[in-house]
Amino acid sequence: MAQPVPQSSQALFSDAEQAAEERHTIVVLVDNEPGVLARVIGLFSGRGYNIDSLTVAEIDAARALSRINIVTTGTPLVIEQIKNLLAKLVPVHSVQDLTVEGPHIERELSLVKVIGDRERLVAALRIADFMHARLVDSTPESFVFEMTGTSEEIDSFIHLLEPVEVSRAGVVAISRGRLLLKEREQAPEP
Amino acid sequence: MTAATAAPTAVETPTMTGSQVVLQALVEQGVEVIFGYPGGAVLPIYDAIFQQDRIRHILVRHEQAAVHAAEGYARSTGKVGCVLVTSGPGATNTVTGLTDALMDSVPVVCLTGQVPTHMIGNDAFQEADTVGITRPCTKHNYLVTDPANLARSIHEAFHVARSGRPGPVVVDLPKDILMKPAPYLAKDAVRHRTYHPPREPEMRRIEEAVDLMARAERPIFYVGGGVINAGPKACAILTELVRETGYPITLTLMGLGAYPASDAQFIGMLGMHGTYEANMAMHDCDVMINIGARFDDRVTGRLDGFSPQSKKIHVDIDPSSINKNVAVDVPVIGDAERTLEALLAAWRRRGNTVATGRTKSWWGQIQEWQTKKSLRFRQGKDVIKPQYAIQRLYELTRERDVYITTEVGQHQMWAAQHFHFDKPMHWMTSGGLGTMGYGFPAAMGVQVAHPEALVIDIAGEASWLMNMQEMSTCIQYRLPVKSFILNNSYMGMVRQWQDFFHGNRHAESYMDSLPDFVKLAEAFGAVGLRATKPSEVDDVIKEMIKVEKTVIVDMVVDRTENVYPMIPGGAAHNEIKLSPEEDGPHEAISEEGMVLV
Repeated sequence: MAQPVPQSSQALFSDAEQAAEERHTIVVLVDNEPGVLARVIGLFSGRGYNIDSLTVAEIDAARALSRINIVTTGTPLVIEQIKNLLAKLVPVHSVQDLTVEGPHIERELSLVKVIGDRERLVAALRIADFMHARLVDSTPESFVFEMTGTSEEIDSFIHLLEPVEVSRAGVVAISRGRLLLKEREQAPEP
Repeated sequence: MTAATAAPTAVETPTMTGSQVVLQALVEQGVEVIFGYPGGAVLPIYDAIFQQDRIRHILVRHEQAAVHAAEGYARSTGKVGCVLVTSGPGATNTVTGLTDALMDSVPVVCLTGQVPTHMIGNDAFQEADTVGITRPCTKHNYLVTDPANLARSIHEAFHVARSGRPGPVVVDLPKDILMKPAPYLAKDAVRHRTYHPPREPEMRRIEEAVDLMARAERPIFYVGGGVINAGPKACAILTELVRETGYPITLTLMGLGAYPASDAQFIGMLGMHGTYEANMAMHDCDVMINIGARFDDRVTGRLDGFSPQSKKIHVDIDPSSINKNVAVDVPVIGDAERTLEALLAAWRRRGNTVATGRTKSWWGQIQEWQTKKSLRFRQGKDVIKPQYAIQRLYELTRERDVYITTEVGQHQMWAAQHFHFDKPMHWMTSGGLGTMGYGFPAAMGVQVAHPEALVIDIAGEASWLMNMQEMSTCIQYRLPVKSFILNNSYMGMVRQWQDFFHGNRHAESYMDSLPDFVKLAEAFGAVGLRATKPSEVDDVIKEMIKVEKTVIVDMVVDRTENVYPMIPGGAAHNEIKLSPEEDGPHEAISEEGMVLV
């Protein structure tokens, strides 16, 4: 999903280009209406911002609310722009930058397939055991593991396992403690 | 589904059709005029329009012109402009107008027809993915797929178009929805679920801003179209505040008229073709008070050379405009009227008065810059200078209620420099998108809103040809719009850039085979006038004003004139170039500057 930022698409000659890029996890509460995901994605692609990971699902059917989790990288000015532009979208209820607002949990689900002879599969099973992955499908020539964890844990699982096929769900995130994503909040302050 | 699934429970008898609901909602929203063009998918609405007399329809000759006309109408009245077009090509033709309205924050609601819901996605005749195509060029858009949501969608569209930073909204209406019975929901019964942008500024920020303002030694107000969008009252409060501080003020292209141009504290427009004094003052100021402007690249020049020593206050209703191009010290999010009120109150509460001593040397410096007379031009005997034509147009119309629109290019910049505006909402130009072909249909929309006023499109011949089909509309509705064409047989601004940056190679910028504009006017049943010598300019302008008809003026002007002053791409404000007659030969532009537009 990552989109390279064209060098000239950002403010020309601005200090922003020299500033270091940061990784931020942003969650957005939106009306679950047709086109809402296209609005969010269009905002990123139209302005040349990065999407490292994006997940979306309805979280409240009665009130037709969906939650979008976005992991993005950019300079501080760009991150601020992204949040302000998201908040400006009409069907958006609230925007929360978990990276700024404090401690939070990030998890990702992955399904990982290994194919090979018995020896290969046994080796894979040992790694899976050690990494707390779960065997969810097996044939004499193949295993599928389910692994949930931080993106880094999944990265290292994949690195160790050298699987033939990987399917990852993207990051879901939530803040720790009592902090809540409010349903209706005005645009965040810059 | 949309927020509207919470459908009204106590619906009265749905005896109205979808089309009637649409019209009723428009009436309740205060729409008096629709600019549009019929077609298969919107025939039910046209049928409903035919059977009522509360809303007037103006039949344009191209859908792009419908949007520009609605923009002109909106910007000269402060109301929401309304457009009605059919599906497919009708909708796609509006895209330029919608993008223009988005960039310049103009409230427009555009109703587009769509193929019936059961045919959507089947590549039906005149089907286009209108909400998909218009998503990036509107503030918001709707596809109505249930008659129960119809009234709500229209009311929401108007709310979104006019609230916060205004902009265009599309409502896509499938034909079957227009023909089925639909419940009506009154405007007051609809409250938007999420969209309520804050208007009131934070008081803490107001205090910080006034702190900076009160200590400033080299202050400047930098004011943009946001104040005009906030309304005439905001402009009046701005004028009070500027006068009570005694500080200089510069306006952006979009902001002209927000503060009286005839006032001594106004030091001219800033930016690429702004005055020397405005740009130098922006560069050297110590406190910049930006109200309703967005640090556009045409204004800032090279960002790392932009006003390096100043503390910056930025008032904007759109949080995403703040810290986008330029990092500011005091961000204030709020409506310009409320914020200016709060700033003025805080200024007075502290007993601040006109700072004669503190800013004396600053004003001395500005007056020194003003002696450069950066807008000066030399009118000879033989050839009409375009600046002279505009200057005479201004002098000969200043006693009247005059509205000016422009196309895009050299003439636009000369109009901004040499026509002076003392009132807001009398100047309509395509600033953000730079849409050639904007001015003539926009003037048409202004004339519809102000039938008695003198409405003039200051045009270049190349831009004007892009929407000249609207002559027919002007004749049909007896709209006495004046097209004041500064004809130099070039795409003048393109030619100017080719002269400066591309070795004088005039690739495709020459306008060959131009029509005889006088005969063209006559062919449409309008009046054509021409001036080729400076001595003819006044007579032609007077005749143009006197004729109560649609007029085309073919003002044949100097073909080689360029717009000065100019901040070349990639340069800072203090690297501004004056006319070569004043300034000596120019150096070549930098490599970095060449890639900029």
